[in-house]
Amino acid sequence: MKRNARVASALIAPSFIPLIAFLILPMIAAVCLSFASWDLLSPIQWIGLGNFKELFTHSIFYKSLFHSLVFIAGYLPLVYFLGLAAALGLNKKFRGSSFLRAAYFLPVVTSWVIVSLLWKWILNPNGGIVNSFLHVLGIQGPGWWTSPTWAMPSVIIASVWKDMGYVMLILLSGLQSIPPEYQEAAAMDGASKRQILFKITLPLLTPATFFVIVISLINNFQVFDQIYLMTGGGPDGSTSVLVQQIVKNAFDYGRSGFAAAMSMMLFIILLAITLIQIRLQKRWVNYA
Amino acid sequence: MHTTAKKVMTTVISMVLITGLAVVAAPAQAAKTTITYFSFSASPDHIKTLNSIVAAFEKANPTIHVKVENAAYADYFTKLKTRIAANQAPDTFELDYQDFISYAAAGSLLNLGAVSTKDKTFNKSLYFGKAYDVFALNGKQYGLPSSYSTVVLFYNKDLFNAAGVATPTSSWDWSDEAAADKALAAKLPAGTYADFQPVQFWEFYKVLAQAGGQFLSANKKTALFNKQPGIDALNWLVSKQNNGWKPTAAQMGTMDDGAMFAAGKLAMWHSGIWMFDGLKTAPFKWDVAVEPGGVTPGNHFFANDVSVSSKTKNADAAWKWAKFLTSDAASVKLMISSSWEIPATSGKAPLAGYLNSPNPPANRQAVFDALKNPVAPPVIRQQNQMQDVVNAWLAKAQDGSVSVVDALNGAAAEVNAILAKE
Repeated sequence: MKRNARVASALIAPSFIPLIAFLILPMIAAVCLSFASWDLLSPIQWIGLGNFKELFTHSIFYKSLFHSLVFIAGYLPLVYFLGLAAALGLNKKFRGSSFLRAAYFLPVVTSWVIVSLLWKWILNPNGGIVNSFLHVLGIQGPGWWTSPTWAMPSVIIASVWKDMGYVMLILLSGLQSIPPEYQEAAAMDGASKRQILFKITLPLLTPATFFVIVISLINNFQVFDQIYLMTGGGPDGSTSVLVQQIVKNAFDYGRSGFAAAMSMMLFIILLAITLIQIRLQKRWVNYA
Repeated sequence: MHTTAKKVMTTVISMVLITGLAVVAAPAQAAKTTITYFSFSASPDHIKTLNSIVAAFEKANPTIHVKVENAAYADYFTKLKTRIAANQAPDTFELDYQDFISYAAAGSLLNLGAVSTKDKTFNKSLYFGKAYDVFALNGKQYGLPSSYSTVVLFYNKDLFNAAGVATPTSSWDWSDEAAADKALAAKLPAGTYADFQPVQFWEFYKVLAQAGGQFLSANKKTALFNKQPGIDALNWLVSKQNNGWKPTAAQMGTMDDGAMFAAGKLAMWHSGIWMFDGLKTAPFKWDVAVEPGGVTPGNHFFANDVSVSSKTKNADAAWKWAKFLTSDAASVKLMISSSWEIPATSGKAPLAGYLNSPNPPANRQAVFDALKNPVAPPVIRQQNQMQDVVNAWLAKAQDGSVSVVDALNGAAAEVNAILAKE
């Protein structure tokens, strides 16, 4: 038994060491740093709860939290329903279905740098494809990523386009794990296609839906790349989200302690949301 | 002995001899000191020039090897800060004036007093006075100035001629520029604009000085830019877009101001002299003039330096490199020939090459005329935070979501809060 434990430890060690070095230790360092003031240049000064006190009175924290929530509120329903539609459409074999599955997944493996450039070009207020099309219809297109009102929708559209293939893939695997006998039995009992979808397919898809929602929420509270590349948090701070503020405070403003305190708050928010979801899943997730 | 065996023996003996020679030569190589230099201004157009300067330095100082690392300005300070935090600071690195104070005050820079005193060939008169003096803090010199620069008024001669409007002169003031904007806007084709002057911190503090105002109080405890000169300055800046003389962000789309001027879509453009080289092949005639002043003239004064890390183990070699790069005749000549920024050396002789360059603009004298009325940026330790706060409020004034007065008062209140923590 002891020998087995030693062997197991030896096998785990190679992956455990980088986990400690690059995840656990930095996390502990970030917790310590949240109680300190450090501009990366001067010696670290301990200031107790100073960063947290400032955080709760600082409008930028609430503003950036609000922008993160706006992003999620726009992104999550869109990416889920579009991903679901694509998964339902591609959940059968037909000529070109493999090509379409690969095509939907292609943006997922494309770099955000390329996707951002592409969408800045598509949504270019001056001569972009979308505004040119709207112009033909006699509609004056908005300023998209140059407008404080339209910048966040622009980032949401690009993000949904990029991630839809991932959601589709997860839901597709969920759909394919549903035994076809259930749907066949329902059909023999006279259930309509609509009834089969809402009473059989979607309830049995809830484990995959649960996974998509948990992962999407965690990822999207940490949204950064597309914001950094498409708008830089602007115009007029309209797309300034939590992680963008963390990076700005840590590296532009030399306020690593304050940034670490923001990171701690983000961690607590994510932990709370995930725990609530895990608790609530018993009420709506069906593991057939 | 068999021929093959002879060949093998010869090869083995040769290898032994070569190895022996390498061992004998090794101590000479080990004596070479390697120092690192981290730069932003060489990227992306002047990396070859910097490498040539390094080669000239290493020829003159064969015991020192300079390892150059470059980063784009946008990433440079993040990289530098994290390297200093990780105790891996480069031996020598470039700083601009507005960031210099934070690094000097935090103790990241070597006080150059001791090494410069040892160097009998050094005299601070090697440098253009103001550029040398700004890199001192509390009476201690923390950097050698490498270059200085300013902003001028670029103009597209072809667009002016086609519109029949007189080209800018160095005696223009805001009213002359406004009259030209108005005349040009009436005659330029759709998609081409009269003027571009960004509404942001870097323009505002200079325009404020042109309006006779002051950004901060002398003790840096209070923001003063929300007084009448500030209101005049911001009204002037936002009027350009409000009158349709300057393109909006939506009209610019994916093009930035530099790309618009290079594409012949701007008649006038307020920008830095570091843009000269990129426009030398522009397919139209262009030149520059001193920027128009308000109630008084005022022009940017930007300066970069070479500082030495306070943690360096090679202070003497670092000093030699910093001095060579910033003042040696060979370095100055290479910098001028590649239209890098203006080397911060004193005396007119080294600058003759800059003035007499065969490349446009013809009126390079405007650069030196502009520097007769220098306005240095307001600098505090929380510089980036102050800039972002001011930029956010100026953007609100430009998009009309708040009035000019409210924007300035809002910015002043936030800047005062930052100053209170300095």
